[in-house]
Amino acid sequence: MKKFKDIDTNKFLLAITIVMFFVMYIAGMIIFNKQGFAKPQVFLNLFVNNAGLIVIATSMTMVMIIGGIDISVGSLVAMDCMILGDLMMNKNWGAWASMLFVLFIGIIYGSVQGFLISYLNIQPFIITLAGMFFGRGMTAVISTQMISITNETFSAIAQKKITIPLFGTMNKHGKMMYPFIYPSVIIALVILVVMFVVLKYTKFGRSIYAIGGNEQSAMLMGLNVKKTKFFVYVLDGFLASIGGILFCMNTMAGFVEQAKGFEMDAIAGAVIGGTLLTGGVGNVFGSLFGCMIRGTIESFISFQGTLSSWWVRITIALLLTFFIVLQSIFQKVKAKN
Amino acid sequence: MNNKGFSLKDLTKKRLFMPIACLVVVLLINLIKTPDFFNISINNGVLYGYIIDVINRGSELAILAIGMTLVASSSGGTDISVGAIAAVAAAVITNILSGGTDSVSEFHAPLAVAILAGLLVAVLCGMWNGFLVASLKIQPMVATLILYTAGRGIAQLITRGQITYIRVDAYKVIGSQFGHNPVPAPIYVAIFMIVVAALFLKYTAFGLYVQTVGINAKAARLVGLNPVKIQFLCYMICGLMAGIAGVIYSSRIYSCDANNIGLNVEMDAILAVALGGNSLAGGKFSLPGSLIGAYTIQALTTSLYAMGVSSDQLPVYKAIVVVIIVSLQSPELYKLIKHHKKTGAEKKNLIKEAVQS
Repeated sequence: MKKFKDIDTNKFLLAITIVMFFVMYIAGMIIFNKQGFAKPQVFLNLFVNNAGLIVIATSMTMVMIIGGIDISVGSLVAMDCMILGDLMMNKNWGAWASMLFVLFIGIIYGSVQGFLISYLNIQPFIITLAGMFFGRGMTAVISTQMISITNETFSAIAQKKITIPLFGTMNKHGKMMYPFIYPSVIIALVILVVMFVVLKYTKFGRSIYAIGGNEQSAMLMGLNVKKTKFFVYVLDGFLASIGGILFCMNTMAGFVEQAKGFEMDAIAGAVIGGTLLTGGVGNVFGSLFGCMIRGTIESFISFQGTLSSWWVRITIALLLTFFIVLQSIFQKVKAKN
Repeated sequence: MNNKGFSLKDLTKKRLFMPIACLVVVLLINLIKTPDFFNISINNGVLYGYIIDVINRGSELAILAIGMTLVASSSGGTDISVGAIAAVAAAVITNILSGGTDSVSEFHAPLAVAILAGLLVAVLCGMWNGFLVASLKIQPMVATLILYTAGRGIAQLITRGQITYIRVDAYKVIGSQFGHNPVPAPIYVAIFMIVVAALFLKYTAFGLYVQTVGINAKAARLVGLNPVKIQFLCYMICGLMAGIAGVIYSSRIYSCDANNIGLNVEMDAILAVALGGNSLAGGKFSLPGSLIGAYTIQALTTSLYAMGVSSDQLPVYKAIVVVIIVSLQSPELYKLIKHHKKTGAEKKNLIKEAVQS
């Protein structure tokens, strides 16, 4: 009996996720073998299509570890894309200046939300719900028309192919084709690793875990709870904006309905990856797997071809429910022990 | 000086002062900006005018606010899936009536059966939320976020991604008018629901139970209440209210547009509850407050439309209003202001001392 207790239930949840991902992927390779699911490029596309989501899920993990939540990210991404489009296409700003401006907006957004949540002690849900509506509305204020981005510098950054000289396949003309990724993937993975180190090995990161575990005792330990919470939301706004830029590099456009339901994908990614809704527990690499599971489901549905894209959302909702229920059961078992 | 026992301070302390004051402010601004705001005329046998529009369009919101008040009070959270539930209910109803086609001019099934089925599905959605929140103890917003995003997908699947039209006069009744009665029908539905809710809360102890659970669930359990059951019931009622709102929405446009029915309405409902002076953290609630809040929000929406704000941009203003309201409700704000005043005064004293010496 003691052995079972030794296995950390949280690690167990993460293990389930990783096993689930590989089972799903291998199943896909078998079912959709003819359509070429087994190609390495399909695997890399999981990252290419979800670079923005990976960054946002990482930041969501951090916010959820401290016991908060941010449901404004989807709208913030839409607003970022729209601002990028508006600045570059209508105001003739340069690509770099526009991106810096968007990051600045993200920090402002995060500071306002952080101030209201930490210093005025308002529920994070209410504030970020307001943030969600504000962002979506602002997107419409900037423009209700779709803006396609054709800025040369931006396109060059977004679409620079980085080939990986491994696992090449011959195409029809007998030319060797190597799988490739875009710079956005590298940025996303670098941020993932940086956030892992920050959360695990810095004072700031350890305070986040402590506050999420028990705010009262963290305060008694002498941690500045309000300040830490504030900076978590500021960092969250900043990372969400990076995510927005990466997302924009994938879609190359800004429009009002963009990234709708993104917050749910990010929360699902974090929860599936083993982050507890109650706070205090979580791992950014788990969230990476959570995002990849979502990507795999998306690929399934596009390979299958006839199912409506709404099924992605419904499947994710079901998976999220499954993991939430699992968490809740583990919590109850723990409480009994 | 104030022998009559009536002072401004006492007045501002009243629970309903905030919502009524907000309503008055919104109406006053309208009176100045659009002078014909209070004009009422009869067009084609229906009452017509901005103010009628507010009461008419506010019906769904008032109905939703009833459910949202109970949810907020009992669980200290809000149900953000109400708009999606309304869409699902509407999709079920139109799909049963149309028999699976996109546009019909006669019912394929009895109207009552379809509406009952739609409401049943809405109640099921509410029970799902209630199960997650009450039994599994998941934060209300995460639990309802699932239906918030998946709900519209489900509604799309039911309608097969099409807008289903029901071109039958009997279906338009609830959304337009009863016979030749000039008062729009949704107003009657809202009044009916409000009266039922008020009587239910007045003559049963349910309202008291809800507040007890919201203030302290553990204590409620110790005095013999079942918090799980009560929270579950609240979410179920909220689902039912969303379903009824869905019926009205759908009847107004005699169709089901799964993407747009009840869009952004969850924000309005939450705003109505907050504006009504109810704490979103649970506990005591006031139904009249929420209802006044609901009509205030609708007045705000209508006046913004009258000023030429597009529906896509509306959320910006509402988000700002909600942030202001919850900030004003936060006790921390007053502490911060006090602290600032104090430190300011201390600094002044220091300067005085420095000048004197």
